[in-house]
Amino acid sequence: MASEHLQPAETFSPIFGRLTLDWIPIHEPILIGTFAGVALGGLLVFALMTYFRLWVPFWKNWVTTVDHKKIGIMYMVLAFVMMVRGFADALMMRGQQAMAAGGSEGWLPPHHYDQVFTAHGVIMIFFVAMAFVTGFMNYVMPLQIGARDVAFPFLNNFSFWMTVAGALLVNISLFVGEFARVGWLAFPPLSGANYSTGPGMDYYLWALQIAGVGTTLSGINMIATIVKMRAPGMKLMDMPIFTWTALITNVLIVAAFPVLTATLALLTLDRYMDFRFFTNDFGGNAMMYVNLIWIWGHPEVYILIIPCFGIISEIVSTFSRKPIFGYRTMVWATGCIMVLSFVVWLHHFFTMGSGADVNTFFGITTMIIAVPTGVKIFNWLFTMYKGRVRLEVPMLWTIGFLVTFTIGGMTGVMLAVPPVDFQLHNTLFLIAHFHNVIIGGVVFAVFAGVTYWWPKAFGFKLDEVWGKRAFWLWFVGFYVAFMPLYALGLMGVTRRMNMYPDAGWQPYFIVAAIGALLILAGILCNFMNFYVSIRDRKRLACGSDPWDARTLEWATQSPPAPYNFPEDVSVVGREAFWQMKKENYEFSTDYQPIHMPMGTASGVIISGLALIFGFAMVWYIWWLAIATFVAMLAVGIAHTFNYNRDYYIPADEVRQTEAKGALV
Amino acid sequence: MSTATPAEEQSIVEPLADRPMHHAREARPHEDPHAHSSPTPVGFWIYLMSDCVIFGALFATYAVLGGSYAGGPVPKDLFEPGFIAVETALLLFSSVTFGLAMLRAGKADTNGTLMWLAVTALFGAGFIGMEIYEFNHLIHLGAGPDRSAFLSSFFALVGTHGLHVTGGLIWLITLMVQIRMHGLIGPNMQRLGTLSMFWHFLDLVWIGVFSFVYLVRLI
Repeated sequence: MASEHLQPAETFSPIFGRLTLDWIPIHEPILIGTFAGVALGGLLVFALMTYFRLWVPFWKNWVTTVDHKKIGIMYMVLAFVMMVRGFADALMMRGQQAMAAGGSEGWLPPHHYDQVFTAHGVIMIFFVAMAFVTGFMNYVMPLQIGARDVAFPFLNNFSFWMTVAGALLVNISLFVGEFARVGWLAFPPLSGANYSTGPGMDYYLWALQIAGVGTTLSGINMIATIVKMRAPGMKLMDMPIFTWTALITNVLIVAAFPVLTATLALLTLDRYMDFRFFTNDFGGNAMMYVNLIWIWGHPEVYILIIPCFGIISEIVSTFSRKPIFGYRTMVWATGCIMVLSFVVWLHHFFTMGSGADVNTFFGITTMIIAVPTGVKIFNWLFTMYKGRVRLEVPMLWTIGFLVTFTIGGMTGVMLAVPPVDFQLHNTLFLIAHFHNVIIGGVVFAVFAGVTYWWPKAFGFKLDEVWGKRAFWLWFVGFYVAFMPLYALGLMGVTRRMNMYPDAGWQPYFIVAAIGALLILAGILCNFMNFYVSIRDRKRLACGSDPWDARTLEWATQSPPAPYNFPEDVSVVGREAFWQMKKENYEFSTDYQPIHMPMGTASGVIISGLALIFGFAMVWYIWWLAIATFVAMLAVGIAHTFNYNRDYYIPADEVRQTEAKGALV
Repeated sequence: MSTATPAEEQSIVEPLADRPMHHAREARPHEDPHAHSSPTPVGFWIYLMSDCVIFGALFATYAVLGGSYAGGPVPKDLFEPGFIAVETALLLFSSVTFGLAMLRAGKADTNGTLMWLAVTALFGAGFIGMEIYEFNHLIHLGAGPDRSAFLSSFFALVGTHGLHVTGGLIWLITLMVQIRMHGLIGPNMQRLGTLSMFWHFLDLVWIGVFSFVYLVRLI
């Protein structure tokens, strides 16, 4: 990471733009080590794939696939890989703050530390949490509504690869140039052209813009799927709760992400073409950016948590052997949260000085959100009440979720009180609060969901012992890592500090660092669990319905055949699979040819070009930007000239697949 | 139709009287009575709504920053009502001619459809040409987007609309080629329908731009 310097425009080369060798961080030992590790790992994977001749199958079966199940799995893989990157950033920050007390400078200079906390936030939200929930919605939702695939299978493949392109751009910034040093929402004027002169801020903009295209298109796709592709007879009020939450989440995505797109585009115009939206002079207004970005940003946190509410609902109901308590209230509560999430954004900046009446309005709307959320918590508790609760690993995560998320929600209500917020704004109390709801809410629910649906995707369960180890380390680790931050926040310690003078704070930071190490052990157990379970898959094989589940996705083989269901299923009422089991339903053996979409390489090609385009824009390599943009258009148009997009799986092949049964 | 298995008939659970049992349905390609109609129109509507939110954000920005002249030119110095009226007329007429193309397509008249699409494209290109002229003119006057926040928000909003129309033109020309190649087959009719939605949507947005950006600021 070359140190920040104002590069005079005369030094830009027509070939390489502002990219010079100075931007390759050869004098940063941490980055050189990381690069060596990544390069070695990459070479190893490359060699192994070549040795086992996996490139062609990988291209055919995964890269160009339009199968929602495979795309869902790829989203999950992306999320886990990026979680390692984001968590490495977290460890670096915890290490820095545990050391840098009372005059000590720690091990990360401010220039590096600022990039680390920005990258941590961006990666964890956009490429970990978003990828996890999108992965679940992709994999589970079409199966739950008895569909063969999503409404627009090609678009789904394209959305995924655009998300990957964004993630890659963030990671490229690690080794070529630098990343932004502005915090995860990049408020101007700090993020404007005058104060962030290097390429870091531009990496941020183009990575999020490219990934954002994928997210918006994926949202449109999912809504169309739920509206148009449900099994015959499945009414909206018959849909599983997870599908309901997926619907509402995607409505939020389609309504909120365009605001992000517009906002980042305005900032890009400010930076690239001297527009004056958010500048200090020429009539610009930086608070306009803060308003706009939070109009997207608050719904965004609900985009992350609402599908997790859905996951928890499915698990609580299955593992209590009861239908979910208060189905209708669950749906309406989720709908209320959807609407309310758009009228609370100002609580992120009560300190802006909008006046007491405006702050009061947003304080009250924020507190009101606790009501539908409380409805959900009680619905889950009442589902468990007098149920036959089985404390298997998904249920452990669920109970961890219920306890932790509730605490996080309550500290959120504290922050909703404007006078309290004036004390706690931008302190570590806030950091503790949102990690409390995102780790205790999203992450715990994601691990619950991974454990729950893993047998659906692969036909064998995850190992129970390693699963429990991971849970307890994460659960305890979370409290050890974040409770000290609440205390520090109440003492007035602000966020994003590279070092601090008061050595009295240091013990709290050391405890927090120990908590982070416990979470590290939890993550290692997660990966160990995958390894052990895949190794012992014969022992863990479990058939198609391992949990005695209730919803339609379990009615077919595990793992499901490409066509999901051998025939259309007519649905009457809720909990379709539970009814089918009660009625001893079996699929007929009179198979018909099944209509399927064909795979295509267009999505990955356009996304690859988008990645190069983003890189060229970051470095002002104009000729390359123009060339890749034109190429993207050309490939997109060429794709529309292909009218041959589907095929039929012959009835005989369906019969053979069904007769074989799912293979592990 | 219903192929109840023996297991179903012996089901120990009483089915609800007014509700049919689950039953397997024979999936016959092409003649399936329950086959889902195409999700494309719904999907495209949702896309248009998301685009509407983008324009909403830009309109809001114009509303907030539209008075921040920073000592520079104000709307009365820059906007010429006659010019904008012609520009608007071009776009509105292009919507009419697109409608005429749709009517010809409904009558399976390929040549008529292509002719009206070509007229639409000409109107659209005229609109874009006038917009480029206007932008160029403003920049030469020293009223470019870097002059004030008002002009930034003006260029961003009007320019975004212009980019959409340009995209629509590229789509229109592509589709004309495809209709020439394959005629008015099912997929092409679907594309024509979605492009028509897109074109009318841009017209609608322009009416917002015309009233809110130009008209209101001139009276």
